[in-house]
Amino acid sequence: MALLGPNGSGKSSLLRLIAGLLRPSAGQIALQGGEAERTIGEQAHYLGHLDALKPSLTVAENLGFWAGYLGDRVRPADEALAAVGLGGLTGLPAAYLSAGQRRRLSLARLLAVPRPIWLLDEPASGLDAAGQERLAELMRQHLGTGGMVVAATHGPLGIEATELRLGGSP
Amino acid sequence: MTALSALLVRDMRLAIRVGGGALMGVLFFLIVVTLVPFAVGPDLVQLRRIGPAILWIGALLASLLTLDRLLAADHEDGSLDLILMGGTPLELSLLAKAIAHWITTGLPLVIATPLLGLLLNLEPLAIGAVALTLLAGTPALTCMGLIGAALSVALRRGGLLLPVLLLPLTVPVLIFGVAASNAAVAGPMSFGAPFMILCALALGSLVLGPLAAAAALRNGLE
Amino acid sequence: MALIDLANPTRFLTLTERVLPWLAAATALAFAVGLYLVWAVAPDDYQQGATVKIMFIHVPNAWLAMGVWSVMSIASIGTLVWRHPLADVAAKSAAPLGAAFTFLALLTGSLWGRPMWGTYWVWDARLTSVLVLFLMYLGVIALWRTVDDPARAGRAAAILTLVGAINLPIIKFSVDWWNTLHQPASVLRVGGPAIHSSILTPLLVMALAFGLLFVTLHLAAMRNEILRRRVRAMWLMQAHAAQGA
Repeated sequence: MALLGPNGSGKSSLLRLIAGLLRPSAGQIALQGGEAERTIGEQAHYLGHLDALKPSLTVAENLGFWAGYLGDRVRPADEALAAVGLGGLTGLPAAYLSAGQRRRLSLARLLAVPRPIWLLDEPASGLDAAGQERLAELMRQHLGTGGMVVAATHGPLGIEATELRLGGSP
Repeated sequence: MTALSALLVRDMRLAIRVGGGALMGVLFFLIVVTLVPFAVGPDLVQLRRIGPAILWIGALLASLLTLDRLLAADHEDGSLDLILMGGTPLELSLLAKAIAHWITTGLPLVIATPLLGLLLNLEPLAIGAVALTLLAGTPALTCMGLIGAALSVALRRGGLLLPVLLLPLTVPVLIFGVAASNAAVAGPMSFGAPFMILCALALGSLVLGPLAAAAALRNGLE
Repeated sequence: MALIDLANPTRFLTLTERVLPWLAAATALAFAVGLYLVWAVAPDDYQQGATVKIMFIHVPNAWLAMGVWSVMSIASIGTLVWRHPLADVAAKSAAPLGAAFTFLALLTGSLWGRPMWGTYWVWDARLTSVLVLFLMYLGVIALWRTVDDPARAGRAAAILTLVGAINLPIIKFSVDWWNTLHQPASVLRVGGPAIHSSILTPLLVMALAFGLLFVTLHLAAMRNEILRRRVRAMWLMQAHAAQGA
């Protein structure tokens, strides 16, 4: 599902609400299917504006940490890094990465730990055309395995999506 | 358990690599201890008397200074959001961060104590007593510091807010720590009584700290 | 070869590669001569016995503690005023060496005084000033390690070093004054009533030996720092060379 709307319309807030990072003042969020004992947040990946990367750790250490912390069944880090095109940079401290490379490293986190729901806040920002194509491909693959993607975006994502327009001031 | 150990290892790595690492706290401890004789005079007899107090206050201040980055750094780069979305209970994650902080900050202070005790002309028994009380007391300082760090996490201009919030809470730890140290050397009271209370405070804060900090974080992330 | 040629890091590396073995040999020789003079020629003090010979290590280290800060100050001026490319490398490499010499001065001073004072430390003017100097060294090192970008760190450290240089006489004066307010506890006197040549000669040779030691280690440390920066540059190139945004 693509969340569209002008700046300030609440796209990011809606994503954070679903993730459980914001508490709703009214209303409910419920998930159909999935694991009942877990919260939505524990079954979702959140890719916000910030990268959650530590500059003083290497690429491999950053990804390895999130894989170890977030998941019990993880895919090998090398696979995930190769899938986003960062295969040769495992030993590089994250401080040396460009903005686009950092974005892709955050994406690798989504690949390394399988979780059904992807909450993406402007995932294509900072990526060039090739990167955006790769992102669209990864989203297609995730949807193909039965996953769900909710993405807030300004431009087209390159995949078929139901649109939800948010607009107007609160 | 791997989630918590991953968090522990990461925090320790970061503490060692970023900035001055563990030694900043020790350096600050050394500076505070050096400043006191300039203020009270170089009389060795007097320094020996107030030595345990100086060491305790120095360790207290040195612990405090590194605490505000404990959660603020993760908040600023978005890691805190993801930590909240992990499967592990927030309380345990915070406890893991506190343990990492203590190993990289509190423990070096305890190790530095004997050398600083020499500077203050403390006798070996006093040095041992102070080191032991700090060993029990610095975990308490770290865990209580968690609470202050959680309360002030989203504030950009933290400044002195964290110490202001935290120092009153640390008064009991300070009182019993210094009392135990002094009791070991002189005085009618035994070392055991205040030391036991100090340990009790430390154990209590191990529980209360992560609980209160988790509550503060959940509350603050609105 | 002009001094300006040393400004080129590559030239510096090749030059020091040839010079360092000679410097190391000269250092070893100076130490050998100096230690021989200390043990064979210098007399025992009638009060302190042989422990007075710690002075031959303590005093050169104390001189170097101050001297290295001067070297750092000159390097800092090089960074700030002339933007000499190797100036901040020189400053950064000198700081840990200066801290080590200062620590050795403190340690030997403490061991020297122990028999007389009955304790390992007194807060007398000289030792306390050196302790403050030690703290300032550690502060500069901390600053170098905290700022990531070497160029910015260099300028920041240069400012701190120069401020420290200006402050050192003031600190020394105030510590001396503070010490006169209280009972002077120290009976630490260098050399006794007069500096006899049997004491002066070994002292100067040991000072020369330690000085050569500093120069040798300093040049070696500067080489390491230059190589470290090259590794960093290679990392940057590697990151840029990888495909993608």
